[in-house]
Amino acid sequence: MNRDELRSILLQELSDIAPDIDTAMVEDDASLQDEYDLDSMDAVNLVTAIHKRLGVNIPDRDYARMRSIADLLDYIEPRLAG
Amino acid sequence: MRDSSPNLDDYDRVTTGFSWDQARTQLDGLGDGRLNIAYEALDRHLAEAGGRTAIRFLAKDSDTPVEISYRALTERANRFANVLVELGVESGERVYGLSHRIPDLYAAVLGTLKHGCVFTPLFPAFGPDPVRQRVEIGEPAVIVTTGRLYRKKVADWINETASVRHVLLIDELDQAAGGAEDAVALMEAASPDYATRPMDPEDPALLHFTSGTTGKPKGALHVHEAVVTHHITGRYAPDLHPGEIYWCTADPGWVTGTSYGIIAPLTNGVTMVVDEAEFDAERWYRILQDPGVAVWYTAPTAIRMLIKYGAELAQAHDLSSLRFMASAGEPLNPEAVNWGREVLGKPFHDNWWQTETGGIMVTNFASMPIKPGSMGKPMPGIEAAIARHEADSLEFVDSPDETGELVLKAGWPSMFRGYLNQEERYRKSFADGWYLTGDLARRDADGYFWFVGRTDDVIKSSGHLIGPFEVESVLLEHDAVAEAGVIGVPDEVAGSVVKAFVSLKPGYEAGAELRKGLMGLARKKLGPAVAPRQIDFRDDLPRTRSGKIMRRLLRARELGLPEGDLSTLEGSDQ
Repeated sequence: MNRDELRSILLQELSDIAPDIDTAMVEDDASLQDEYDLDSMDAVNLVTAIHKRLGVNIPDRDYARMRSIADLLDYIEPRLAG
Repeated sequence: MRDSSPNLDDYDRVTTGFSWDQARTQLDGLGDGRLNIAYEALDRHLAEAGGRTAIRFLAKDSDTPVEISYRALTERANRFANVLVELGVESGERVYGLSHRIPDLYAAVLGTLKHGCVFTPLFPAFGPDPVRQRVEIGEPAVIVTTGRLYRKKVADWINETASVRHVLLIDELDQAAGGAEDAVALMEAASPDYATRPMDPEDPALLHFTSGTTGKPKGALHVHEAVVTHHITGRYAPDLHPGEIYWCTADPGWVTGTSYGIIAPLTNGVTMVVDEAEFDAERWYRILQDPGVAVWYTAPTAIRMLIKYGAELAQAHDLSSLRFMASAGEPLNPEAVNWGREVLGKPFHDNWWQTETGGIMVTNFASMPIKPGSMGKPMPGIEAAIARHEADSLEFVDSPDETGELVLKAGWPSMFRGYLNQEERYRKSFADGWYLTGDLARRDADGYFWFVGRTDDVIKSSGHLIGPFEVESVLLEHDAVAEAGVIGVPDEVAGSVVKAFVSLKPGYEAGAELRKGLMGLARKKLGPAVAPRQIDFRDDLPRTRSGKIMRRLLRARELGLPEGDLSTLEGSDQ
């Protein structure tokens, strides 16, 4: 899976949790919390969804450092099997 | 060494000898029986403790705390008060605050009070709809906000609200957005001196919105004299000692973050930690450890999140400075009380109060044994009872462990003085001179109170009160929706989460796409804190014969509880 495919999966999952976000307009570096109003419960749901879909576990401690789609991509990409 | 023995050392003795008149003497006042909350919070400390840190601010993206002294915060608040003067805002007019936690929000709250204006906090995670609705009800003259929140939640509709004359932006900006003014620049140009206005004790000071089962949000009005309760409950419940470091994690967009995140800590002369960032377990432990927080006031949802992160993370930090931990917002489960004891070395002290009460009414005191799961005992000066009420009369339940409504004898200083423009609703909140809290509780043989439930359908999610009607109204705006019923369902971390049941108009198909559409609409309008997390489709919803959705029955069916009295259910033969 390349980074673009991964990005599109992340945006799908994000949109399932927060359908108010227009995924076509998401900027990778923007803060998910400030710009797109994701709260801590959304964050927990997103981490769970990513684990289910991609098999990548993001411990809470690591998630706390992830502010944007770009951070998530950087974290998940090297951890994807194959 | 600092004496940190409990301010309330003997419950029975202090309670017996307590009077509100005597509590008033712990404040300075402004002569002729007049006073001002902001004066008690700021000015009166200047002579002896002006250099003490009032706010230790932790910016989201910086590791260096900013220390703001009582003198500096007073001057900043004075500048804000002078900005209000220059803009022609008069004493008695309302100023709304919609901002994340930055120092000038605190200056704006206090400057507003200094000038005799009424301050209303709004939760920054609200969507545009709840913000607009509260503006339309309370008709503020000024909204204090930030560039981002203004653009996202206010700019689109502000021109349609006649009352708002100024939108003041308190974050650093290159250029204020159209229709708004750069408050930072205005404050820089204003004088740091302002003679705090002496107010009548019954002059309104704060307007806090809260949600009911039906209708619009209610604006609970509090007066300047409320500071007497703020101060004494701050002394006795979170046991604040002057000069100590204190951290209240509640957002100032709600009543806890105002009463115990601004007013009570400042009147008690503590140093408040203000963290701009949202919950982050590791950061939180660092905040407790680094400056040596002595008193920590937080909420059940946050505690349960910390429990999820595990003991190891907590124990990797030196939390030995922590002297007292308090929790409010919703009942704290006994496991969480005990987790504090085992992992942090101190138990959490739960307390109980409401927007309407303005301050803590029932609490587990530092000097008393905690009963985990209990809300504790009434504050000195507060008479609490369990009662049943019919029409206008009350029948008190004196035998222990019997459930009834928790009622409070009217007349404490921070009691709300009205629901804005809803006199009838206010009147209905009292019977026989007692305030009816709407909470069901019981009192045990030792005099401890235990929360049982609500008498109505309001939902507590992450400690925030959510009115089901507000959520249902937005769902009904969707073309596909015929009926909507909203309830709270239990959640391990948040206490409850909002769940909606909808039935559809003919021609619409239930499914994942429509569910997403509804959730998107609700989040966009209400914000994530209020919008439903779950939506189920139903062919029809249970209604009373008069046509009201029976939320109680939806909830019972969802949770597999007894369905109770169904005699009013439409279509029932009983």
